[in-house]
Amino acid sequence: MELTFKDVNYIYSPGTPFEYRALENFSMHVPSGSFAAVIGHTGSGKSTLIQHINGLLQPTEGTVQVGGFVIEAGKKNKHLRDLREKTGIVFQYPEHQLFEETVEKDIAFGPKNFGVEEAEIEQRVADALEAVQLSEEMKDKSPFDLSGGQMRRVAIAGVLAMKPEVLVLDEPTAGLDPRGQKEMMEMFYRLHEQEGLTTVLVTHSMEDALTYADSVVIMNEGKKFMEGEPLEVFKQKEQLRDVQLDVPEVLAFLEKVENRLGVAIDYRKQSLAELAKDLTSELGRGDGHE
Amino acid sequence: MSEQVEFRNVSFRYQEDAPRVLKDVDFSIDRGEWVAIIGHNGSGKSTIAKLMNGLLFAESGEVRVSGEVIGEENVWDVRKQVGMVFQNPDNQFVGTTVRDDVAFGMENRGIPREDMLRKVPESLKAVQMEAYEEHEPHRLSGGQKQRVAIAGVLAVAPDYMILDEATAMLDPKGRQEILETVRNVQQESDLTLITITHDLNEIVAADRVIVMNEGEVWFEGTPREVFSHKEALSRIGLDVPFVAKLTEELRSQGVHVKEEPLNHEEMVEELWNLRSKM
Repeated sequence: MELTFKDVNYIYSPGTPFEYRALENFSMHVPSGSFAAVIGHTGSGKSTLIQHINGLLQPTEGTVQVGGFVIEAGKKNKHLRDLREKTGIVFQYPEHQLFEETVEKDIAFGPKNFGVEEAEIEQRVADALEAVQLSEEMKDKSPFDLSGGQMRRVAIAGVLAMKPEVLVLDEPTAGLDPRGQKEMMEMFYRLHEQEGLTTVLVTHSMEDALTYADSVVIMNEGKKFMEGEPLEVFKQKEQLRDVQLDVPEVLAFLEKVENRLGVAIDYRKQSLAELAKDLTSELGRGDGHE
Repeated sequence: MSEQVEFRNVSFRYQEDAPRVLKDVDFSIDRGEWVAIIGHNGSGKSTIAKLMNGLLFAESGEVRVSGEVIGEENVWDVRKQVGMVFQNPDNQFVGTTVRDDVAFGMENRGIPREDMLRKVPESLKAVQMEAYEEHEPHRLSGGQKQRVAIAGVLAVAPDYMILDEATAMLDPKGRQEILETVRNVQQESDLTLITITHDLNEIVAADRVIVMNEGEVWFEGTPREVFSHKEALSRIGLDVPFVAKLTEELRSQGVHVKEEPLNHEEMVEELWNLRSKM
């Protein structure tokens, strides 16, 4: 399912002293099956943006289109239920939303609520557990007896059990240890590929955007500040710094190498080993003794 | 008497039949020191934090703060000295406005009203939230909530500050700013700072690092010493900074990097020195 925002404005608490414009003339397009990253500093409008994707928020002005569903300002939306069945949102710290007695019941809660048949639910729970790499035996445990990382996987399995076509991830790796972060991102990427999902990742990690996303949108003060292929966007270092964002570490490092050593190395997502090779061969050009 | 926080053979488990989450943990932290505690999820880091201000009590062994063993009778005094910010500030908010919330800790400590009136805006300014005094804490974004929670602790000027993944929801720049703020306070006021984190920049900036693994102290040393053990760290699920990885790649290609660079500047200097020898 493709995803389109067209001239969306969103104002919190309009007409009160707290009135606050969180999105301003925001437009973006994510083609079906592609992976988009949304980056911006705290309070730039990212969370407001994703709550529009499944109709938790309705635009104050403008249109949000998700596949065949249209959410328009000022109109009553009849098909929110269908839309929510198709869009899975993994909110920050989703494990705080677990509440059932067993892992199985928690994962089954969504599909049950949407009237999916028993046998089908059972199958979906099994599939979802497998997708998040938790063993079958887990299903009878209380989610509250699990570790933080496992609890998060259960919460994510609950989203996957809805068989969404659009998957929205709001900083899904926050608070995990480095190995856990990597495993989780690789899991999402695998699902994205296998299930042909349209994925929107809200992240602070330039590295993750660079590794997994087809496109990136940079948000600033509720507006779209930059958009494009991640590597191209991240090479605009000055612009990023203007909105308080850092560039991916490897680019920042190569910039320092260039300034200090006068050696320009082009970054094209080469591995660290290749980068080390580039560095040695560039720096080795010279008198060449030893 | 410069040792301010001491763990002496501390073991702990949450339930009697559960496995121990801390096993014979032994370390000390000096006054004014900044110590980062790192380790995989479930390695016991947060349990250590909770033992430091009496939210939990040791099953065996001793936890001392400012020389005194923490127990039921002195726990309230200890908590006045130890300010703590958790990963999820939602569980910590009490006030209906940001201002009330920051004032709450001071009120509890009986700080005079005129000081409170001065300190609330001061602390909010330090975390760049001065424009939000009247806002409701629950309506802020995750990162903004974390800033307010930190302001609340700064306001009471504790002797010890424990930040348990307290900047995890901030963007990298915001995280850096908050760290600088906290570090300045630490240096000006002799604050003992304990940060529990996965953030590599935060670890590099600390004076000393305690690495936890499966409930045990696995390694203690300066950031440079810790990150020179790349292989071993990755075996226990931890990462090392970009420059440490690059150093290893360069070495494996026969480039003789002498020191263990910890940041970009040091790495670039190494490359500068190596340049003619490549």
